[in-house]
Amino acid sequence: MAIARVRLPPNIKKGDVVEVKTLVTHPMESGQRKDANGQIIPRKILNKFVCAYNGREVFRAELWPAISANPFITFFLVAGDSGSLKFTWTDDDGSTIEHSEEIHVA
Amino acid sequence: MIQTRVWTIAAAALAVVCAADAADLPTPKIPLPADGSAGSYKTEPVTKSEYKDKKSAYAYLAPETKAMQDDDFSNPASLWLDEGDKLWTKVEGGAGKSCGSCHGAAANLRGVGNTYPKISKDTGKLATIEDQINYCRTERMKAPALKLETQDMVALSMFVMFQSRGLPMSVAVDGAAKPYFDAGKTLYYTRRGQLNLACNQCHEDHAGGMLRADPLSGGYSNGFPLYRLAWQKAGSFDFRMQQCYAQVRATPEPFGSEELKKLQLYVAWRSNGLPVETPAVRR
Repeated sequence: MAIARVRLPPNIKKGDVVEVKTLVTHPMESGQRKDANGQIIPRKILNKFVCAYNGREVFRAELWPAISANPFITFFLVAGDSGSLKFTWTDDDGSTIEHSEEIHVA
Repeated sequence: MIQTRVWTIAAAALAVVCAADAADLPTPKIPLPADGSAGSYKTEPVTKSEYKDKKSAYAYLAPETKAMQDDDFSNPASLWLDEGDKLWTKVEGGAGKSCGSCHGAAANLRGVGNTYPKISKDTGKLATIEDQINYCRTERMKAPALKLETQDMVALSMFVMFQSRGLPMSVAVDGAAKPYFDAGKTLYYTRRGQLNLACNQCHEDHAGGMLRADPLSGGYSNGFPLYRLAWQKAGSFDFRMQQCYAQVRATPEPFGSEELKKLQLYVAWRSNGLPVETPAVRR
């Protein structure tokens, strides 16, 4: 399963600085651990996080093996027009977890 | 005359120091109901006065961890709850049923989770929530049992327990549960492992004290299944117990063993009256 959750504050007005909270499920296997047979468990983490606001990239983060499982990322953006926020997490194997959230600006 | 007065003052000062020392010492024992009763069944949220002597492990958390548990969004266990919510209505098995087909809305199970483990009406044996879920799956849904500690099982049991959040733990230990309870109590006070420690030596005699950098809880299970930061995932009571066994260098019991069930019954009874915190966040 990959569940992504996003929360925006209620009653956003144009020009507000908005805190965006995101949470996604991922094991974030660091590549440092060994299994019961002493074999290294290969690294498998989300290495990139991007947020696009109405198609325009507004936030980007690079993630590294020290980030814990189920990364919780919060950031701020300035509310412009109503529209959609698209969140993309990119895995080491190239697959992505995507989530979109409507943003209503009064 | 002067010398006598000095001695009097010194003695008085010493008495004050001793009194202060005695007051600073942590209370060594956690008070439990003296009559061994389970307390009455209630469906109203508990008031503070009812559990003033018992302290949920929540009390020892760092402010950041408390904030994480309190906020339903930043609580990482909410991801498991989402999954549990999906599983609740997922139709599986030969009978073409989901949990919701019989039970309806999950909220109908408010006041159920906080009474587990209990003697199952269906089997007559001591059952944990996990046991009951698997009984329903195999007997009513004709679906395969969920393996213990898998993500699905933790998600579903957490989701059921979550419905009772805020209600007091109300585990019955009389009647058919009595032998299990007595066995569980004996287990709690039995030394084991290379370190030769019993549960009570940390989680009763030194509750509220420190084990290196970690505060010791009073041995309550009102937050399970919970998210533990050290695990980076959610886990059940049995998962936690396995770690306790390993920490005292004893051979861990397998998930769902009779021994762990008895222990869970006793620990849940200790927690009677504390509000259910599921999904709790612990270090």
